Amino acid sequence: MFADYSLAELGSIFVMQGFAGLILFSVFVLMALGLAIIFGQMGVINMAHGEFMILGAYVTYFTSQFFLNYLPGLFGAYFFLAMILAFFAAGALGMAVEWLMIRRLYKRPLDTLLATWGLSLILQQLYRSVFGPREVGVELPNWMMGSISVTDTIEVQINGLFVMGLTIVITVAVALLMYKSAWGKQVRAVVQNRVMAGAVGIDTEKVDRYTFGLGCGIAGVAGSAFTMIGSTGPTSGQLYIVDTFLVVVFGGAQSLLGTIASAFTISQAQSTMEFFLSGSMAKVLTLLGVVIILMLRPQGLFVIKVRR
Amino acid sequence: MFKSDRTFFLRPQDMIGIAVLAFLLIVILPLTLDNFRLQFVGKYLTYAFVALGLVLCWGYAGILSLGQGVFFGLGGYCMAMFLKLESSSVEATKIQTTPGIPDFMDWNQITELPYMWQPFNSLTLTLIAVILVPALFAFIVGFAMFKRRVGGVYFAIITQALAAIMTILIIGQQGYTGGINGITDLRTLNGWDIRTDSAKTILYFVCVALLIACILIAYFVKSSKLGRILVAMRDKEDRVRFSGYDVANFKVFVFCLAASLSAIGGAMFTLQVGFMSPSFVGIVPSIEMVIYAAVGGRLSILGAIYGTLLVNWAKTSFSESFPELWLFGLGGLFIAVVLIFPNGIAGLWQTYIAPRLGPLFGGTAARRASPPATPPASPPPSAAAPAAAE
Repeated sequence: MFADYSLAELGSIFVMQGFAGLILFSVFVLMALGLAIIFGQMGVINMAHGEFMILGAYVTYFTSQFFLNYLPGLFGAYFFLAMILAFFAAGALGMAVEWLMIRRLYKRPLDTLLATWGLSLILQQLYRSVFGPREVGVELPNWMMGSISVTDTIEVQINGLFVMGLTIVITVAVALLMYKSAWGKQVRAVVQNRVMAGAVGIDTEKVDRYTFGLGCGIAGVAGSAFTMIGSTGPTSGQLYIVDTFLVVVFGGAQSLLGTIASAFTISQAQSTMEFFLSGSMAKVLTLLGVVIILMLRPQGLFVIKVRR
Repeated sequence: MFKSDRTFFLRPQDMIGIAVLAFLLIVILPLTLDNFRLQFVGKYLTYAFVALGLVLCWGYAGILSLGQGVFFGLGGYCMAMFLKLESSSVEATKIQTTPGIPDFMDWNQITELPYMWQPFNSLTLTLIAVILVPALFAFIVGFAMFKRRVGGVYFAIITQALAAIMTILIIGQQGYTGGINGITDLRTLNGWDIRTDSAKTILYFVCVALLIACILIAYFVKSSKLGRILVAMRDKEDRVRFSGYDVANFKVFVFCLAASLSAIGGAMFTLQVGFMSPSFVGIVPSIEMVIYAAVGGRLSILGAIYGTLLVNWAKTSFSESFPELWLFGLGGLFIAVVLIFPNGIAGLWQTYIAPRLGPLFGGTAARRASPPATPPASPPPSAAAPAAAE
């Protein structure tokens, strides 16, 4: 297997494979962050999470089209506006869904799962009817194209780097929001003891609604970032949903740090194995490994104590 | 054998219900539908086995498995492997590089029959495998998870991941499983051609007979002491545990039973439809099977059968005329069945229709309107919702 490559080439392969793994890791983290907030903090399984992400991706696509047609001069910066729009579009839809559906089902997590699956089917068909069944891709601004040569054999793509940077920024922002802001304190209080949080005057329903909205908004941003590295179709969201749920469960549902650690483990395992085995076997082995570890350690990697 | 109906596991109204269903499936449908439509019903009925398993596993024991397609597929694949080997005799496949092995193996440069295919040369072993392989798999998964008290949404997610793994594995290992096309071109069962119209009609009746047998098993489990423990476990697991029962063992049992029921359905599917492919194994079909049970009423054994027939009938007729509307319909159904009528058709029947039938049938229907074992009967479905789902 290794005989055909020189030592230097082999090193480059590992670095490049690791870099591919890092991009996968970024997508996982962005998707899992929103999910970890919703599932970890509220105990709600949102099967439509992938569709919220795709909504963000479509918003980004249309913003790029708008800039292309009406503001070509500012095209280089469209992405930042698109990201904000994607956040608010997905967040608003999320809050509407919470108000109409989820809040009636907090005591029935399994039923939430079925209802949000229904929602995801409806959204998929809606995207297909409105935006057409074909996959769309955004045009990247010039500064995001191309790659940087680190050495002769190692190249890293700029859009990949950008997505990684974005992931770090969003992760830090979420961590600050959850652990440093007054609002984050309220969310954590509701998670740890809903009744007591209500008793000390926190409006738990409002906290729930905004938490759900925030999770969906982050999914929208994830979709926005997703357009940088892949094309978007009505069913793209479903490809990632199982992986992302495993990431969240594997990491320990209430822990943001756990989510990041498990996203890193899973993405690196998958992309490293992809080089040695076929893509499908790499995926099977990764998922199987995660499932077996979860059977042995159902609470996930990192746990915090919660009073139900 | 059973002197009074109090010791017998079927209450009178259950017997009437089963008789009505049997009459519908054995007499009315074959007389009113043409062969083509009847084969559709036969196909739907194979899903009803899965829904039946889900009623026991999800409705009564509170374990939602999103991986029932895996068991349906295992049963179906076991049967398909036998049929495929039979149709790949040395004479039939003499144009291949290696005669006597299934065609897709030949295309994938496999030169001898793999180990795991060997037992499927025998029909007896195949029939045993149809029941035991899925049950064994369910036992391993269930034992590992229930002993560690994994339940609820975690169990649902992990079974869903198993469905994903299974699909990727089947598609990836083309030479051993037939890949994305599945195992196709199945012809005979022990020399009996299963593709003719008369064979399909016979298979339909075999399927109905098996289904009714499985319904009786389900009723037996439901009314036994085991069934009561399952319900108790669903509603207050800790209390059952503190009473000295090993909760995990009961859960493992009901999960294995549901797996075997699904597998019987899968095997009948292969026989009637003539092929098996990974598109019946994955995440999407598995979760769709849950909706059959939910629409029928997650607490009603007979409701699951009607729910399956109804959803599939709607799917076929919608997909024929308005294909783009079907997903809206299915999605709406998922939401409606959770928010508006959580006890499905059976719940609607018990609330609105059964009380009115009371005067006509005397005591039987009146008793059906307030049975102790099938919970929310008299209050409207919305009020009964939280109690039923916990």
